[in-house]
Amino acid sequence: MQELVKVRELKVDAKTDSGRLVEIIRNVSFDIFAGEVVALIGESGSGKTTIALTLMGYARPGCRISGGQVMFDDRDLVILPERERARLRGNEIAYIPQSAAAAFNPAKKIIDQVTEVGAIHKTISMDQARIKAVALFRALALPDPKTIGDRYPHQVSGGQLQRLAAAMALMSDPKLLIFDEPTTALDVTTQIEVLRAFKAVLAERNIAGVYVSHDLAVVAQIADRIIVLKNGEIQEVGKTEQIIKEPVHSYTRDLISAVEPASLRRDGDTTQSDSTILEVRNLVAGYGAKTDDGLPQVVAVKSVDINIPKGRNLGVVGESGSGKSTLARAVAGILPASSGTIIFDGSELALDVRQRSREALRQLQIVFQYADTSLNPARSIEDILARPLQFYHRMNGQSCAKRIDQLLDMVQLPRTVKFRLPSELSGGQKQRVNLARALAAEPKLILCDEVTSALDTVVAAAIIDLLKELQRELELSYLFISHDLSTVRAICDDVAIMLSGEKIEQTPPEKIGCPDAHPYSQLLFASVPKLDTGWLDALVQDPKLTEAFARRKGD
Amino acid sequence: MKATDAIPVASRRSRYKFNRVAIACFAVIIAWTLVAIFAPLVVRYPIGKIVDYNYFGPISWNFWMGTDYLGRDMFSRIIMGARFTVGISLIAVLIACFNGVVVGMMAAVVGGWFDTIVSRVMDALISIPSKLFGLVVVAGAGSSLPVLVLTLAVIYTPGSYRFARAFAVNINTMDYITVARARGERLGYIIRSEILPNILAPILADFGLRFVYIVLLLSGLSFLGVGVQPPNADWGALVRENLDGLSFGAPAVMFPSLAIATLTISVNLLIDNLPQKIRDRSE
Repeated sequence: MQELVKVRELKVDAKTDSGRLVEIIRNVSFDIFAGEVVALIGESGSGKTTIALTLMGYARPGCRISGGQVMFDDRDLVILPERERARLRGNEIAYIPQSAAAAFNPAKKIIDQVTEVGAIHKTISMDQARIKAVALFRALALPDPKTIGDRYPHQVSGGQLQRLAAAMALMSDPKLLIFDEPTTALDVTTQIEVLRAFKAVLAERNIAGVYVSHDLAVVAQIADRIIVLKNGEIQEVGKTEQIIKEPVHSYTRDLISAVEPASLRRDGDTTQSDSTILEVRNLVAGYGAKTDDGLPQVVAVKSVDINIPKGRNLGVVGESGSGKSTLARAVAGILPASSGTIIFDGSELALDVRQRSREALRQLQIVFQYADTSLNPARSIEDILARPLQFYHRMNGQSCAKRIDQLLDMVQLPRTVKFRLPSELSGGQKQRVNLARALAAEPKLILCDEVTSALDTVVAAAIIDLLKELQRELELSYLFISHDLSTVRAICDDVAIMLSGEKIEQTPPEKIGCPDAHPYSQLLFASVPKLDTGWLDALVQDPKLTEAFARRKGD
Repeated sequence: MKATDAIPVASRRSRYKFNRVAIACFAVIIAWTLVAIFAPLVVRYPIGKIVDYNYFGPISWNFWMGTDYLGRDMFSRIIMGARFTVGISLIAVLIACFNGVVVGMMAAVVGGWFDTIVSRVMDALISIPSKLFGLVVVAGAGSSLPVLVLTLAVIYTPGSYRFARAFAVNINTMDYITVARARGERLGYIIRSEILPNILAPILADFGLRFVYIVLLLSGLSFLGVGVQPPNADWGALVRENLDGLSFGAPAVMFPSLAIATLTISVNLLIDNLPQKIRDRSE
């Protein structure tokens, strides 16, 4: 086989805000053969996207390729003039961004954007381009290939938009296609369709691919070889089979073990406590003004009942739009439910947060998905943690400072962190501060809204461990909301599955996907990628499941 | 990896340091403020008194900044003018920005009908031409310093309100505001501790700009005869009344112009060069 891309001793510098130069990619060398799919895998900040972009001779603003070679078809993209590089981009090398929704112009029809490449490079007439686009839509298994191009980006689903972005990239028959986390923002059931379409089209046209992702299970389905990156350096390179079955490097092993965290075990503790911490009955919540029948304009949660025994955890799983986050917000009272009852620790709570007593608010805390936006960037960690202490416990001065140190110990952060601003912490550290703030209130129940979804797998696994440990020490209960079945299984005693605002099932985690389960939960369970190279090809979707899926779409 | 991770805690204090430009500008502003406060001790002649037979007189030992179109001492007039220009503008801009920013943040956080009503009232105020509004109010209520200050403050409040509200609305959607609400925080805490620190940078920039606008509007009103009443004059009025002297290159036009320029440029440069810690706390 012939090398299509040869990367040798690649170095990339980035300039920080304070003007210091930091080497973010250090001596990276690898090859990509024609028709081969190579995955770049690593956590955020490992340089995987930066390397992918250098394959187009491009460095993000503030970054600079400072050394090495990127040979594409015997041309060095590092020293090639910008004009030549521009001619290659979109023509011979194409790029599919992570968020197709942000990559499409919402004001133009899809077909005009897909055929734009031909217009820019003047390689193909508009009429031919349209014919070709329709053929690509068909190859990518898009519905209504003839007319889908006449729609606007908001009129198609997220998975379809991602495939349309792939069609745009494939318009000029590139030799190399770069995928930058193309399925990260998609639901698992949608991810399968998109992965299948990508895989088929790459094999059929014999296009080489670079697949950037943090998700080993997804990469295992599509890649021939995997490059494991950390801090801008290659840790391990190998065939997909070898990386997954016999990882050599310790970091790779960490990555693999983080994919399926150990499930919850309560050794020796089988006695079900009989008191209930949270009981929710017939909860209806939604957005918009109330209509005549007393319901909000958009009903996101339709009559949901949940029940959490003291010291136990309930997971709520569902795809985007299933109403799981709205449920958490309604329970917390931030989005007052339009009807229903919330009984917390034996007493009924007002639906609106403003009517709840301070004591009730203290005992029920909420932690959000994005640690970045849930910590005020203008205040130090100390101020952030001190506020709930002052607010709920009227602590001041010495006792407050002592308690902050304790809290930081609890979430396993160094005490010096308290002098820092949130922007000076990493994502995982921020999420720990976020947890510490909730713990400062000394709550009985914490609502965790996708707390691990924005984190890297290894970091997320550590947070899950921390949550488990805190539970043991502090007799907490969690309402754990996630789209990720494997994290939920790792921490929850019971899992509720939500679909279109309704709770369709509640089972212990080990029974998810059993043959006698609800068809949708079977479908959801079957759609979670497994660390097995043959999983996608072997996956056969039952007609019964597909029917359930179609019903969801109809809603 | 972010470089800020590497910054040791001790060096963080350096962010509070003022740079040289900021110190120079601050000195100019302080100097003008002192001049305004101690003006009566500094003036050499009564400001209304015609002391020179020559009009548009040159710089001389007796008249440090020449004489004006009637032969009055420019130095004394500028020194006394500082009281009006610095005093009226500063008080007016403080009132305007305080009200605008506080109400703007409240509107963003409370939302609903409160936001709608306040925003429409502010929009209605914006739609009235500022000079016309000033003329009508001063004509109706008579020209006195409190009336002038309040009029200028009212004219510039809606702009400040709009500005602050636009930023606060963005901050209001952040999760930390939701967390504060879920904690049960009151409106006062949310706007003071959660929103204000994050919108302070643009608010300060707006403050500087608004100050300059007020200086200019005050001069305009004085020119129309409804601002500071003769024989007193603010700097803007001094420029206008001596405009004829421009063709003679009279110092009577140059010096008040320079005074306005030094003050307004200093205010803006100072705000642009505030320590990073204050200027942009999110960095």
